[in-house]
Parts: sequence; structure tokens; C-alpha cells
Amino acid sequence: MNTVRTQPDPGNAIMRFLKKRIAVYALLIAISIAVFFLFPYDLGFLTRIIIMMIFVLSLDLILGFAGVATLGHAALYGTGAYMAGLFAVHISASPIVGLGVGALSGAVIAFISALILMRAHGLTLLMLTIAIAEVLKEIANKAQTLTGGADGLSGIVMAPIFGQIEFDFVGQTGYWYSFALLMIVLFFLHIITDSPFGLGLRGIKQSTARMRAIGAPVYWRLVAAYTVSGAIAGIAGALSAQITELVSLNVYDFSLSAEIVIMLILGGAGRLYGALLGTAVFLIVHHTAASVDPFNWLFIIGGLVLGVIFFLPGGLLSFPKKLGWVTTWFSKQPEETPR
Amino acid sequence: MSAGLEVKNLHKSFGGITVANNINIQLKPGARTALIGPNGAGKTTFANLLTGILQPDSGQILLDGIDIRALGQAGRVKAGIAKTFQITTLFPEMSVRENLRLPILEREGYGAKWFGKSQVNYAADDEIETLLDDFQLTKYADVTVGQLAYGQQRLVEMALTLALKPNILILDEPAAGVPTSDSHLITDAIERLSPDLSVLIIEHDMKLVFRVANSIVVLVNGAILMEGTPEEISRDQRVRDVYLGERHE
Amino acid sequence: MSIIFNILIDGISYGMILFMIAVGLSVTMGLMKVINLAHGGFALLGGAFTHWLTVQAELSFLPAVAIAILGVVIIAILMEFSLFRRIYEFGELEQVLATIGIAFLIIASVNYWLGSTLLAIKFPEYLSGSINLGFRTLPVHRVFVILIGIVVVVALYILIERTRFGVNLRAAVDNRDMAASLGIDTARIYAITFGLGAGLAAFGGILGAELLPIEAYYPLRYMVLFLIVVAVGGMGSILGSFLAAISLGILDTAARYLMPDFSTIIFFSAMMLIFIIRPHGLLGKS
Repeated sequence: MNTVRTQPDPGNAIMRFLKKRIAVYALLIAISIAVFFLFPYDLGFLTRIIIMMIFVLSLDLILGFAGVATLGHAALYGTGAYMAGLFAVHISASPIVGLGVGALSGAVIAFISALILMRAHGLTLLMLTIAIAEVLKEIANKAQTLTGGADGLSGIVMAPIFGQIEFDFVGQTGYWYSFALLMIVLFFLHIITDSPFGLGLRGIKQSTARMRAIGAPVYWRLVAAYTVSGAIAGIAGALSAQITELVSLNVYDFSLSAEIVIMLILGGAGRLYGALLGTAVFLIVHHTAASVDPFNWLFIIGGLVLGVIFFLPGGLLSFPKKLGWVTTWFSKQPEETPR
Repeated sequence: MSAGLEVKNLHKSFGGITVANNINIQLKPGARTALIGPNGAGKTTFANLLTGILQPDSGQILLDGIDIRALGQAGRVKAGIAKTFQITTLFPEMSVRENLRLPILEREGYGAKWFGKSQVNYAADDEIETLLDDFQLTKYADVTVGQLAYGQQRLVEMALTLALKPNILILDEPAAGVPTSDSHLITDAIERLSPDLSVLIIEHDMKLVFRVANSIVVLVNGAILMEGTPEEISRDQRVRDVYLGERHE
Repeated sequence: MSIIFNILIDGISYGMILFMIAVGLSVTMGLMKVINLAHGGFALLGGAFTHWLTVQAELSFLPAVAIAILGVVIIAILMEFSLFRRIYEFGELEQVLATIGIAFLIIASVNYWLGSTLLAIKFPEYLSGSINLGFRTLPVHRVFVILIGIVVVVALYILIERTRFGVNLRAAVDNRDMAASLGIDTARIYAITFGLGAGLAAFGGILGAELLPIEAYYPLRYMVLFLIVVAVGGMGSILGSFLAAISLGILDTAARYLMPDFSTIIFFSAMMLIFIIRPHGLLGKS
């Protein structure tokens, strides 16, 4: 009965990991270089896409993998943005330390809110996520002397990265700086989602009752996942503060929380590449459509969302599969095919 | 102190309805005890009291002489009590292999490890292969569980539960919903269980019960009506009246 | 004294509006187990139709309201048949997104039709004055809203408790499979309930236009507010929605009068507190 199989060499784990991902990483780097040269005047917009990708990746961990529906992820992003912004204005202009501050504050606020959130379900959970973001927004609004209130936090000036690379006016530094962070975050999330912890998160999504029955502390796992997600969202927020050199109350907007959920579902939740694809498609369509007419944009996005939900439940990433291109990269990895 | 699981004077009521009334049961190592009784007799409630989903109002649950009532669900799993669900509760979008990997990782305390498919996974691989073999699931190892036939899913459920290496195994209606043509798979699997394991089988299917159990407890309205060997039970007029009668005649 | 009186009058009339808009949402969410973020769209459509009928077609108020509500009910039932029926079967997240998508489409349509400016409703003379009670004067509109609110509550009570439809509806909310197996036509109950809820939302939207101004973004702007009423009251509970709407209405009004700087924080903190104490809302069941 015993099937023949080869015992993989444990020392080669890193090599196998890289082998599996290297092609995609190379592709992403190639795209980033191509885009950099093709659209030299749109670097600001491209950087925004990259920052949002990091933000949506953070959402994917908690929503796509662990299955926790949230409409308040902006709470974590916004806190990272404000804290990194305040840090830059008052303490140090170092971008790297600023990112650390953003990550830490995102993680802290996520941890505290997770203690409440992860006991709730369904509508109550959704309402609580929204409420937390609204309360934070109002606090930022009222703490005018510190945050600038409705005028926004300004006066952020960044020192060169590692004391060497200056931020330039065209945004080339910002672009590569953000892209480097995106790759680091993606790499980190690949490790997490491949790990026992990541498998456990998918377990919680698919059957919480079963996870409990195999002795897993579901609540604390979710708190941990939300905290990690908060750190990454905080990094995205900090990046946005550093690159735009401004933080406004919009960072806590409900519409931001809702839009990133749409981006994630559009691309395909529970698969990190889906987060990247969905963000890019959403923002590019938005950029072109909204500049023509903001309300027609709502027709397009409304239709797009309904179309995906009704006809393409796995998101755009499942489209090649629907067409039968099973040999594409993305569908080759069975553990990344969630629904 | 006595080994195995011992339940003393267990009591539980919801509102005014008593669902567990002074239950006393002992499961020695190697026991094959069946818990039978009509619908609503409180069988699943009793199982939930053992696994910690519900807390009893009074009474004791002793595992190797130690009261485990204070332990939550996770704690009891670690203490060695595992249960299959009446309705298959698996990870439907994972492969059979992944379904078996998760409990092994949790059992070994690697569940929160956030990096690396480390050594433990290779150790787990061997264990998974053995389980697949034991339950004749090898050829389905990489099939998504949600796509398996229900009978196979029941087997995965048992294999997954055994992957926790329990001392006490509770099978809640293991054959429910399995087509008759496949029910031998379940019976065979139960018969192949390690002789050291204490097994409590909650079941309606009398053929299965009489085949695998060496002791039967009859539960009616939350209380034990009688307890005995299969022969004693099948001879008892009260049992025939309340239970066997309504099922088989 | 006078300020407490004002808070009560404004708070209760605000609460009545919230109740009228949210009750249909609560019942449909409890009944179909669907999270619907597009419900405010029906209030917007009611307001938009009334705006067009009273301002542009110069129809008088009452017939305009009747036509507007009827129009919304028809649209809602058509949408129930074509869209929502499939949405019921989705997972939670897909429901959230699909209904947000529908809200977007409603917003875009209203904007396409009437633009993104404020859509004023011409209330009749007899609703704009004030009543002199001798010791104090009251705005007629507020009194009217409160009276209508009471009528709606009583009518709903009779409908739910005293009619065959109500019995079936309650059975279906409790356990829809059981209700279906008893031969209750649940699909029809869904459609009727959905239509009724939308009609009430339209009515609430029209009457509340002074408090929650009608404009294209209405469904998104007030979505959270309506959902909070439902969640605090407990999904599927009419009485819960009523209690939640009135108390949130009074709380919000009081906070605005007394501590305007912190009204939002107070409002959301109160809500979070309720959820920590009662995770399924005031009268919700687990």
C-alpha cells in the first residue's frame, strides 16, 4: 500500500521556496521596470497603486485567508499614516524608522481592537470594524493641535533613505522605495501563508468548529493574524504619509475600507496575487473613468463588482482557470486555490 | 486513581429541561462503549459536555482521575479527548492530506509557527501516509475533501480525529448519512482502531453497534436507562420498548 | 427643562425616521439572513421621486408621496426577483459586496437622472408651521413625524401579531426551513416583506428629508447609521429596531445639543458598549 515518495531534504526548504516563487518575483520586478520606463510621468499614480497593493495584501491575510469580514481596515492604515507622519514632523525624518513606527502603531491598534472584534461575528463584527475606524477618525479630527484636524497633517519632510538616497520631485525614489517594500511584504506574506500558522488560518476560515475541535486556540490565532495584518496596513499608511508628505482625515474613511475589500474580491481573495491584480485593475479603471466623470465611475465599479460576484466568484485571478488555462502559473499551486 | 475516563453524577439542564440527569459512565482503556437512545435522549449533549463545548451544572468528568471540567475545548483535546462530529466537519477546500496535517501540527504545538514548512512537516508526512493507509484514503490524498463522497468524508473525519492521538475517542454517529453500500468502510475502520484506545460510539445503527461495541449504555430523557453487554441489552424488555421496538419492529 | 424637551422632541422624531427606514432592513436581514448595504437606496429613491414629483412636476405632496412609495415598492420587488434572490445564497462577504455594488448603481442612476445636488422636497404649508401648546410651541413637522411613526408601529404590530401573513412571517424568521416544510410559501413572504420594507424606507426617507437630506450619495452616507440601528436592535426584531432607533435618535440628538464636539465619539462608543454587553443586539437571538 505504501506509495513511493522521495524524502525532501529539509535543508533545501529555502531553495524550494524560492524556486516556487522566483518566477513570479522576477515577473513582478520586470513589470515594475517596464512600467517605470513606459510611464515616467505617472510615477505618482503608480506609487499610489503600489502602496494600495501593500494595504490590500494586509487585508488579504485577515479576510482572504482567515475569513474575517471587515469594513474598517482603514483604522489600521490611518493610524500607521498619522503615527509615521507625527513621528516625521516631531521626532525624526528617517524614513526607515518611520516605517517601523507605522508598523508598530498599526500592530498595536490592531491588537487592541482584535481583542474586541474577534469575539464578534456577522453584522456585529462589520459594525464594530466600522465603528472603530469612525471613532479614530473623529479623534484625529478633534485632536486638531496635533493632527491638524480637517486641514490634515502637513510639514512632513523626509530625510534621505539610509542617509543616502534623496526623495526626488519626480517620485523615482518613492516609486522604488515603495516597490521594494511591496516585494518584502509579499515575500513575508508568502512565508506566513505557507507556514503552519497560515494553514491554520485557512482552517479557521473553512471550519471554525473543526479548528476548535483539533485543539487550536482560534481566538488568539485571529488576534495574532489581525495584529500582523495591522502592522502591514500600518506600513502602507506610513508609506503614503512619507511619500505624499501629507496625512488627511481621509485615511480613516469608510469608503477606503470598502474600496480595498472590493479590490481584493475583484482580484481574488485568499491568494496574494489576487490582491495585486485587483488593486491594479481597480485603480487603473478608477483613474481613467473617474477623471472623465466621477458618477459614471460608480456605474462601472457597481457593475464590475456585481459581475465578479455573480459570474466570477474566485475573482479575476480565476478567469484563466475558467477558460481552461489550467497550466498558468497561478493555478499551479493547489494550496492557493481557495474557493 | 482509575485510568481512562470516568463521568460522575453529571447534570445539565437548559431552562427547565434536563438534558443530562445524573449520568455515570466509565470508559476504561480499550473500551468499546456504545451510547444509544431515541432522538432527543441527550446523546450529543453528553458528547458536548465531554469535549467542553458545554459546561455541566454539576458532577465530575475525570480523566485518569483528574477533574478536567475547568479545561476548555482546546485543553481537553490536549488532554486526549477527541470527537468526530455527527455532521461531517472538515476543511472542505483543503486536500485530504492537508486535513490530516493540521491536527498533527496542532498536536505537536506547531500550529502558531509562522515560518517555514519545517522538519515537523516531514515527520508529519510519514504519519499522514500511515493514516491514509489505515483508512484506505491514499488514492484520494490530494483530492479536495469537499469533492469526496460522503462515506469517504466520514473516513477522513475519523482519520483526522485519530491524528490528534487521543486516548478517548468519541464517534458521534459515525455512519450517519453514509450509504449502506459504504457503511462497511466505517465498521472496518472502527474495528481496526488501536486496542488501547477508549471509544465511545454514539449511534443509531444497531447492526453497527452490536458489531463493534462490547458494552452498551442506553440513554433516555437525559438519564441512563440501563447499561450492559450487547446480549443483555438486546434481551431487555424496557430497551426493546423504548428503543429497539421503535427502530426495528 | 426646555432643552430636555427639545432633545426629546427632536430625538424621538429622528428615532421614528430611523425606525421607518431601518425596520424593513432588520426584518429582511433577520428573515433572509442577508446583509444588505443597499437598503438606504430605497429611501433615496423615495426622496428622489418625491423631489421630482413635487418640485419638477409640481404635484401636491400627498399624491406625490403615494406615487413615490408605490414606485419604490415596485422597483424593490423587481430587484428582489432579479438580484436579491440570488444574493441570499451567497456568503457574508459576497452579500456585503454585491449589495454595495447595488448601492453604487442606485447612486449613479439617481445622479444621472437628477444630478448630485441637494434634492429638496416641497412639504405642504400645513406641515411647515408650528403648533402652540400654550406653554410651548412645537414644529408641526416633528409632531407629524412622531404621529406617523406611532401609526406605523401600531400598523406593523397588527400586521405581525394579528394577521395570517404575520404568523407566517414570524415562523419564517424563527426557522425558515421549518416554515417551508409547513407549506408556507417563503419565497412569497420574502418578496412581500422586501417590498414592504423598501416602501417604509421610502416613506421614512421622504419624511426625514429635513434631518437626512436627500442627495445622490444618501445610501452610502447613512448606510452605517441604518445598519447600526439594525445591529443594535438585533437582526429580525421589530421591537428591537424600534427601541434602538428611538434611543439612538435621542442619544445622538442629546450629544449634538450638549456636547457637539464629541457626538460622533459618544454615538459609536455607546454602540460598541452595547455590542460588548449584548453581542447580538438588544433583542437579537444568537
